[in-house]
Amino acid sequence: MAVTLKRVINNFLLKDFLSGFALGMKYFFRPKVTINYPHEKGPLSPRFRGEHALRRYPNGEERCIACKLCEAICPAQAITIDAEPREDGSRRTTRYDIDMTKCIYCGLCQEACPVDAIVEGPNFEYATETREELFYNKEKLLANGDRWEAEIARNIELDAPYR
Amino acid sequence: MEFMINTFGLYFGTFLVIVGQVLLVVVLILVALAFLMYGDRKIWAAVQMRKGPNMVGPFGVLQSFADFIKYIAKEVIIPSGADKIVFFMAPMVTFVMAVVVWAVIPFNEGWVVSNINVGILYIFAISSFEVYGVIMGGWASNSKYAFLGALRSAAQMISYEVSIGLIIVGILISTGSLNLTDIVRAQDGNYGFLSWYWLPHFPMVWLFFVSALAETNRPPFDLPEAESELVAGYQVEYSSTPFLLYMIGELMSLVFMTAMMTILFFGGWLSPIPGLPDGILWFIGKMLVFFFLFSMVKALVPRFRYDQLMRLGWKVFLPMSLGWVVIVAALAQYGVPGYARWAVGG
Repeated sequence: MAVTLKRVINNFLLKDFLSGFALGMKYFFRPKVTINYPHEKGPLSPRFRGEHALRRYPNGEERCIACKLCEAICPAQAITIDAEPREDGSRRTTRYDIDMTKCIYCGLCQEACPVDAIVEGPNFEYATETREELFYNKEKLLANGDRWEAEIARNIELDAPYR
Repeated sequence: MEFMINTFGLYFGTFLVIVGQVLLVVVLILVALAFLMYGDRKIWAAVQMRKGPNMVGPFGVLQSFADFIKYIAKEVIIPSGADKIVFFMAPMVTFVMAVVVWAVIPFNEGWVVSNINVGILYIFAISSFEVYGVIMGGWASNSKYAFLGALRSAAQMISYEVSIGLIIVGILISTGSLNLTDIVRAQDGNYGFLSWYWLPHFPMVWLFFVSALAETNRPPFDLPEAESELVAGYQVEYSSTPFLLYMIGELMSLVFMTAMMTILFFGGWLSPIPGLPDGILWFIGKMLVFFFLFSMVKALVPRFRYDQLMRLGWKVFLPMSLGWVVIVAALAQYGVPGYARWAVGG
């Protein structure tokens, strides 16, 4: 480690610090990049994988046909489905549970779904106070679908050209 | 003063006046500290292009008070093997020592709680005591991390206290007085800010600045805390109000260092431009400038390694400040202006 005269002078005059200070002051007056989160939100991609939802057809019929492809592909084994024929003979789920504490939000369930029934919507603000509230059942998922249908449909439409 | 003595008698009246002065200074400093803490975070945030706290109150100015309530309301956790008495005494020592040094700081001509002639010695004594808070806290926690953190912190504070002491000795030689008010008066000249001590003692301004950073455990010398690498060093077992006391104590000694820089090198309450009136506003303004510098350092400079810290302290700062004392003594002996003013006391 050669200590040259130049280095000593630079250290002594705090050259590094002063140039750093100038740089810091340059950034000091730059526009801020902060987003005031609860009041402002950043943009989300149409492919954003957030909270799950079970969608319905426009006539109100639920899309899910209990093929259990999502249950099979789920790498975290977060999905549990029971199914039996309904009175009208169509095949429907009697139970559709997602354990949101297990889910890794990989999106494979929505990729596997042949009828676009299970989707991951744009909602990511569903923190709960208890763990039990994160064990979603069919009613909760269908309610999510009803609540977010407009956004989900728009996102699917926007993403369609890339599929 | 007269009124208080006439109303309450000589002893009780004087006592009331003293208590009033002390409370005024302490409360004002604590309130100012809350806003400085906020300013610190805002400055740091601005350099990183963030907004910083902006939710509590207008522009977030009340953030520190919200934090204060949070710290008070939290649970005090005592480690099972801790020495309880020392454990609780340690933050109090840090806090009290950080507060009492303000007794000798002259905010304006005559605005000083205790105008003693050994002001500098008093400050040396008290700031040496501040190390005890650190060592006691680290030891009483009965945790090896806290203990190691305390050792490092204590070694650092002691190392840089030596060079701070020698830097001040140079000022003392020039002034001929240990009284802080006299030190400021000695810098009163006809040339405004050019007659302050920063010019004749120029290299020592940087040295004092850097030593003050190390002495107060601020970045880039915050090795005991090193929040991105270690846990909080000697404070690791502290929570709630004791932790708050440590934090206030540290920030207060930092603000105290800005006051010291103002008094020793930048002419205290004196006006930088001849003709403008002197006053406390100049004092506060200078302190704020240095506080801004301290905050910017926190935002800009990467942390030193421990051996670098020790090398800087003992192999660079100590010889330099010691040599400077010799130089100043020689210059003062031969009456070079600026070094030998002997304006007062000499």
